[in-house]
Amino acid sequence: MKSSLIKSTVIFLGLFFLYFPILVLIFYSFNENKRVMVWKGFSLRWYNELFNNEQIIEAFIISIKIAALSATFATILGVMIGYSLVRIRTIPFKSFYIFLSSTPLVLPELILGLSMLLFFISLNNVIGFPSSRGQLTIFISHVTFCIAFVAIIIQARLTDFNKNIEEAAMDLGYNYTKVLYKITLPIILPSIIAGWLLAFTISLDDLVVASFTTGPGANTLPIVVFSKVRLGLSPEVNALSAILMFALIIIGLFYFYFNKKFKH
Amino acid sequence: MKNKLFEKYFVFSPYFWLVLFFFIPLAIIFKISISVSEWGMPPYQDIFLFDNGFKINTTFENYVYIFSDYYYIGSFVNSLILALISTFFCLLIGFPLAFYIATSNIRLRNILLVLVVIPFWSSFLLRVYAWKIILQNNGILNVILLNLGITSEPLQLLYNQYAVIMGIVYTYLPLMILPLYGYLNKFDLNLIEASKDLGLNRIKTFFKVILPLSIPGIVAGSLLVFIPVVGEFIIPEMLGGSDRLYYGKILWEEFFVNRNWPGASALAFSGIIILVLPIVIFQILYSRWSQKNEI
Repeated sequence: MKSSLIKSTVIFLGLFFLYFPILVLIFYSFNENKRVMVWKGFSLRWYNELFNNEQIIEAFIISIKIAALSATFATILGVMIGYSLVRIRTIPFKSFYIFLSSTPLVLPELILGLSMLLFFISLNNVIGFPSSRGQLTIFISHVTFCIAFVAIIIQARLTDFNKNIEEAAMDLGYNYTKVLYKITLPIILPSIIAGWLLAFTISLDDLVVASFTTGPGANTLPIVVFSKVRLGLSPEVNALSAILMFALIIIGLFYFYFNKKFKH
Repeated sequence: MKNKLFEKYFVFSPYFWLVLFFFIPLAIIFKISISVSEWGMPPYQDIFLFDNGFKINTTFENYVYIFSDYYYIGSFVNSLILALISTFFCLLIGFPLAFYIATSNIRLRNILLVLVVIPFWSSFLLRVYAWKIILQNNGILNVILLNLGITSEPLQLLYNQYAVIMGIVYTYLPLMILPLYGYLNKFDLNLIEASKDLGLNRIKTFFKVILPLSIPGIVAGSLLVFIPVVGEFIIPEMLGGSDRLYYGKILWEEFFVNRNWPGASALAFSGIIILVLPIVIFQILYSRWSQKNEI
């Protein structure tokens, strides 16, 4: 009896700690007052201002575009890595392959961002491309560090995967490629979707790497938000937070839905 | 024969991408870190000179420079201490949570797990920003403290190292809980009962049974928190003050403010060698070892 009380208390306090700041943020987004911390009354004023703020809307569109594109590329390449690591035995310099596909997970973003920026500058000095940084360079950088996250999900899924199904299909006359497209990929599809959602969210949320690799006409949403709240508070950002948190939490729930399927 | 072609395509497409956009950028950081700096654009000299015959023009001056200046070493040490303290608190909060979630019944367990991880999906930047609101001078925490009569005037809670630790523990907590849960989940609860039956009290059971068995989870979770925190830039920038300088901040300033590219590269490359390389080597050895033992 006593131990179950401790248990409930710990879980309650833990969840309170995790959700309290999010609730505070949402609560203050309905504050009428321009001074964020002084409550003046319930209002949707800042939501209205948010939807009329062209800078934020434009940044939002850029971010979504980059996130969708880089998640798609990262998913294709990440599935290839996950598949190679589990199913293909002859990978040249396999340790190097593992190094390349897992280091982005542990490398501090700041170092990754700096290396990408210096790479693009050097590349421009050598071949004259990319002449300026912008959406393309952010896209390339995001693909690079999202690949690893997708690869890990796919690798875990394929390790659990019952190989007999693939072998049965081969015995029945399917060739290698056909097994992949007709059997393996459809079965791991939920994990592929989960990987895409994860990559999409990571790209959408990234500030550090995007700050290094951005250029004219490529202010992503985190960059704009950061410039607004670095030194103070902004009621518009409060409204944005509430919407974005809600949207991202929905994406997260979808991720769980798809990723949980593979446990059965 | 066709299979081979197809395998090559699968292996080499991501291989090509990662060598080009990940390995070469890291190599460029190293190259610039051993270049001689100069005023100009780009602010360093080439490492190969061809004007009077071939000459290699490298220097370790940049490394000597950052390793002999307390400004840089001190900041790196500050970051290590910050990461150590934050990891400790994440463990302190995360362990009981993970343990109790893992010992709940299966339905509740899944719901709790999703509840714990969902905040991690919402925007990182905005979760840090939320603490800025909470810790303001007229923020919600000060209002509570004033009303309870604990203080008579608002405390300066923001813009110091404690706010930074708070923000880090908050944002990184799910990264600690997940691997801990992963290991505790596999744990046979009967072991706890057995140890109690054998006469060990709660505290002894914890230290002799539960803790030793959860060490792999503790190591995994701690690494996931420790390494990114050492390089953390946004949280100190938003919640921290001028009382402490951290590795991320000086790396940023060395590059963007001082425009010392070789210096910034040397800082970054040192970070890779000290922080990231040992872990990556450990991972590769571990995965090879476990693969060998399986076959």
